[in-house]
Amino acid sequence: MTTPFYVSPEQLMKDRADYVRKNIARGGSVAVLNYDGGILFVAENRSRVLHKISEIYDRVGFAAAGKYNEFENLRQAGVRLADTRGYLYDRRDVSALGLANAYAQTLGTIFSEQVGKPYEVELVIAEVGDTADRDQIYRLTYDGAVFDESGFVVIGGPAEAVSGVLKNTYAEGASLGEAVRTAVAALGRDGNETRQLEPSQLEVAVLDRSRKQDRKFRRLIGTQLAGLLADEPGAEAALAENGDGHGSEADSGAAAGSQGDLLDDVDEALDGEDGTES
Amino acid sequence: MERQGIGRNPGRDRAAGTGLMGTPFMSSGTSSFTEFLADYNPEYLPGRRMDALGVPGGGGGGGLAAEVPHGTTIVAMTFPGGVLMAGDRRATAGNLIAQRDIQKVFPADEYSLVGIAGTAGIAVEMVKLFQVELEHYEKIEGVELSLDGKANRLATMIRGNLGLAMQGLAVVPLFAGYDLETGAGRIFSYDPVGGQYEEHNFYSVGSGSMFARGALKKLYRADLDQVGAATAAIQALYDAADDDSATGGPDTTRKIYPIVAVVTEDGYRRLPEEEVSELVHEIVDARHRQPEGPQAPLR
Repeated sequence: MTTPFYVSPEQLMKDRADYVRKNIARGGSVAVLNYDGGILFVAENRSRVLHKISEIYDRVGFAAAGKYNEFENLRQAGVRLADTRGYLYDRRDVSALGLANAYAQTLGTIFSEQVGKPYEVELVIAEVGDTADRDQIYRLTYDGAVFDESGFVVIGGPAEAVSGVLKNTYAEGASLGEAVRTAVAALGRDGNETRQLEPSQLEVAVLDRSRKQDRKFRRLIGTQLAGLLADEPGAEAALAENGDGHGSEADSGAAAGSQGDLLDDVDEALDGEDGTES
Repeated sequence: MERQGIGRNPGRDRAAGTGLMGTPFMSSGTSSFTEFLADYNPEYLPGRRMDALGVPGGGGGGGLAAEVPHGTTIVAMTFPGGVLMAGDRRATAGNLIAQRDIQKVFPADEYSLVGIAGTAGIAVEMVKLFQVELEHYEKIEGVELSLDGKANRLATMIRGNLGLAMQGLAVVPLFAGYDLETGAGRIFSYDPVGGQYEEHNFYSVGSGSMFARGALKKLYRADLDQVGAATAAIQALYDAADDDSATGGPDTTRKIYPIVAVVTEDGYRRLPEEEVSELVHEIVDARHRQPEGPQAPLR
């Protein structure tokens, strides 16, 4: 007869946490920060199709680091939960806090109760409010802990190093262009080396408070992102004036290209409408 | 345990309030919100409440149909580079006017419109579900549905309402959209059992549709611009209201005008109140001189 050998709960949890932390630290980082017009998401991501940053609902955005299939599963569950709530109650009744709580419960259960391995993910759920002081940013870790962040937050990859850089460079109430450049510079300063991240290595999106339509989420792609990164005069003004620039880039990935153009078309169309109505 | 009010059974109710594990939210593999909702709790779907109501299927039920509000006339027509849809503002319940300013033309998403005739309560719910359906697919899949895909989804929803349609609570929407692949406006009509038909140039549904379609037949020209199309649509609604008591004409005293919306390459646009008001007043003034409206040449 074999004696089942004893593992203390402390040791068990520590082992699981170490395993997850090690894997999350391997990918690129994602930074989420406030700017004067809403909330900015910047991720290091070479793929145009496998997103780390997504729209959940009107005012709620989602950013994730870690294993793609796991956070994609969580993202889809979040979209379903949000759409169900919005359909059964009202669009205004879908909040980042509700989603963050649902995710926290889920991640906590998976981490502590499941027999299999825990999810190797870290999430940020952010909501843009009607005014800057009602913006909310929640960070969720693999074990279901929730942190109510203000200003900026970094997850995945060398998050602490990037966070350390942002602590010195982040300025409250920065313009979109400044915020993008600050975030991209910080993402490139992991460890000792300094890398210059190109637009093709970045995934950038905003929850834009000034958008007139319900859905505030908008991706920044192609020339408009390049313009912001290069601090081209007028790039930001063009975005601020009609809410959007021209992102019609020559994209090699067909699916990604059509999607990007589509989103862009939608924005242009919507903002054209704004222009005529206001 | 306090009920959360969401979900079909207690386990799911609790899950909806506190987490996602072991719920359809996590395990569902579908990109369709309607299918997801059917899995989650089918009673939330329009037209699936037959059991809950205890209504026996088929026949009878004519009384209820006369008591609940019905939407009336919708017209749609294509013009170069887009499509336009307009609807009157009246809802009727039997011989009464249930509402004077009901909205019956809605954006389904950025590039499509849906107008409703038939039982207003079910139709409005169906439109709401359809809007979520399209947005949900876009968010889950990362791309929009094709225009044909959207039209087919709507047909599926109408089929789900067949039981209630048999009770006299039919929904007959009109769907129109801008096809991003061909760059043209397209119109789809439906029958109460979910049959779907693509229409060309113009179409109308609802109680006043015969008159509206007759008017459009004489007024429609393929080269009409947006303003021209809007004028023709308002003329057609005027003619429908002229001969059908359930269709509301422009209410100039209360300033209630038809809803006119277009989709083009630039997306959805509802014509602003001032623009519609101007067109309506022009048309009403002209009708003072010529009550039957513009006349088509005899040959």
